[in-house]
Amino acid sequence: MSVKQISIFLENKPGKMCEVSEVLAERGINMRGISLAETEGFGIVRIIVDDVYEATTVLKDNDFLNKLTSVVVAEIPDIPGGLSQILKVFADEDINLAYMYALSAEGPTNKAYMVFKVDDHKTAQAALTRAGIRVVSQEEISSL
Amino acid sequence: MEKYFQKEIECASREEITRIQNEKLTEQVKHVWNNVSYYRKKMEKAGVTPDDIKTIDDLHKLPFMSKADLRETYPDGLLAVPREEVVRIHSTSGTTGKRVIAYYTQGDMDLWEECCARALVAAGASKEDVVQVSYGYGLFTGGLGLDGGSRKVGCMTVPMSSGNTERQIMFIQDLKASIICCTPSYAAYLGESMKEMGLTAKEIPLKAGIFGAEAWSEEMRKNIEETLGIKAFDIYGLTELSGPGVAYECSEQHGMHINEDHFIAEIIDPKTLEVLPHGTQGELVFTAIDKKGFPMMRYRTRDICVLSEEKCSCGRTFIRMAKPMGRSDDMLIIRGVNVFPSQIETVLLEHGYQANYQIIIDRVNNTDTFDIHVEMTPEMFTDNVAEISKAQNELMQGLVNMLGIKAKVTLVAPKSITRSEGKAVRVIDNRKI
Repeated sequence: MSVKQISIFLENKPGKMCEVSEVLAERGINMRGISLAETEGFGIVRIIVDDVYEATTVLKDNDFLNKLTSVVVAEIPDIPGGLSQILKVFADEDINLAYMYALSAEGPTNKAYMVFKVDDHKTAQAALTRAGIRVVSQEEISSL
Repeated sequence: MEKYFQKEIECASREEITRIQNEKLTEQVKHVWNNVSYYRKKMEKAGVTPDDIKTIDDLHKLPFMSKADLRETYPDGLLAVPREEVVRIHSTSGTTGKRVIAYYTQGDMDLWEECCARALVAAGASKEDVVQVSYGYGLFTGGLGLDGGSRKVGCMTVPMSSGNTERQIMFIQDLKASIICCTPSYAAYLGESMKEMGLTAKEIPLKAGIFGAEAWSEEMRKNIEETLGIKAFDIYGLTELSGPGVAYECSEQHGMHINEDHFIAEIIDPKTLEVLPHGTQGELVFTAIDKKGFPMMRYRTRDICVLSEEKCSCGRTFIRMAKPMGRSDDMLIIRGVNVFPSQIETVLLEHGYQANYQIIIDRVNNTDTFDIHVEMTPEMFTDNVAEISKAQNELMQGLVNMLGIKAKVTLVAPKSITRSEGKAVRVIDNRKI
């Protein structure tokens, strides 16, 4: 059920993120979610895309070092307190979050989507499902 | 079974080698005295005449030659034969000022190519081998030197020259090249590229490589040997002394045998210029005793290394020189500390990185800044920022331990540092001193 996130190594220099987004755009790849972790010298940009294979291929062809990481994507009602429902589940189950960020959803919708990186994504998914929260699969990413 | 190109000389007794050296040296001193006014003046200034040089024990009486002498005599002040005797020139870029032009008679070409042939045979070459020469062809001695050596052995010689990695790999695969000659950094790059293409060491037909023209470490040797599935041999030489093949490694891979029937090696203290006993570290000095077009007497190579007289189990009797620590030209003085790029390379490989790096030095507010850009590798990259930073800090600590001074390490994207298809740009020194 987990979703594949692509983590890309980026030098901390002007224009580097632009290059990534350009090579993906040229191949018609749509980013649904993005987050950036930065240090003084380098950054890791994490993206969720509709076509993982195509994206990793084009990144490799352009010498962008990247790695796939399993993450959990959960659907929440787009209302105040929506996120808290999920975080409460993680807190109650003692699941530690490494990082999280939001995904975009197309069209008018009352749903929001969150990406979570946890140590054990299977346990996290099971906990969410038990709490009645919908977990999104890789196949669904392109239709969100 | 150890193979030799010229067994009688490569395995000659010490007495025989000394006899040859005495004979050739006295001849050579007369040759330069008679034919090169620059040498004669230098010798006169030092109060030496050819009569003072009777055996190799008198070598120390001769004045040294250095890059400065070569600059001063550009373009042909050291040419020792009539121009019509010259069949080839080679040239090397001086790091400062003028280039060096070396002249070769047919005899000089033959002896040089024989030296290269000895190196190739010591690396296992025979007539059945296909030798891909991926050093640059042209004024650089690497390409044409090994090319000549390979043809002397009778190998099928592929004059690839440097560059065009895809074509290099295609020829290695399609012609079943068994031996490759190039710079070690290019060998490492070829290995990486072949690995990326999904080729395993077993699928690569190469069995040996001869790598020189750059300083490289034992770790880098292991790395290249593993990725290409070969035995990697070191070769030493410089244009001033003909080119590659002045010294070459045998199957023992433990120091390079100096072609002593053509070159006499000495180790000196670079400060006092005193000759040091074998086994002591110092600057390597060479005298070319039978090269006629462009003779070189007591040439200071700037290479810091050690000579060993220890008997080699390969059967060769030529003394061996250790892999140079680096040229004293390469030696950087940063915040008053001597730093060799080869030390940095060693630490990088120990910490799981590859030897793809660039040193950037500058001076800000009278203090040297010391930055090392290191390429990130697929093996070292993870999604976890903390893990990458931890490895980076460990690397910086490793560098402090090795060098005694702190460097700032910046991780950069793979292949972002200019690659050497000829020689690597390892150091950018922006200090205006």
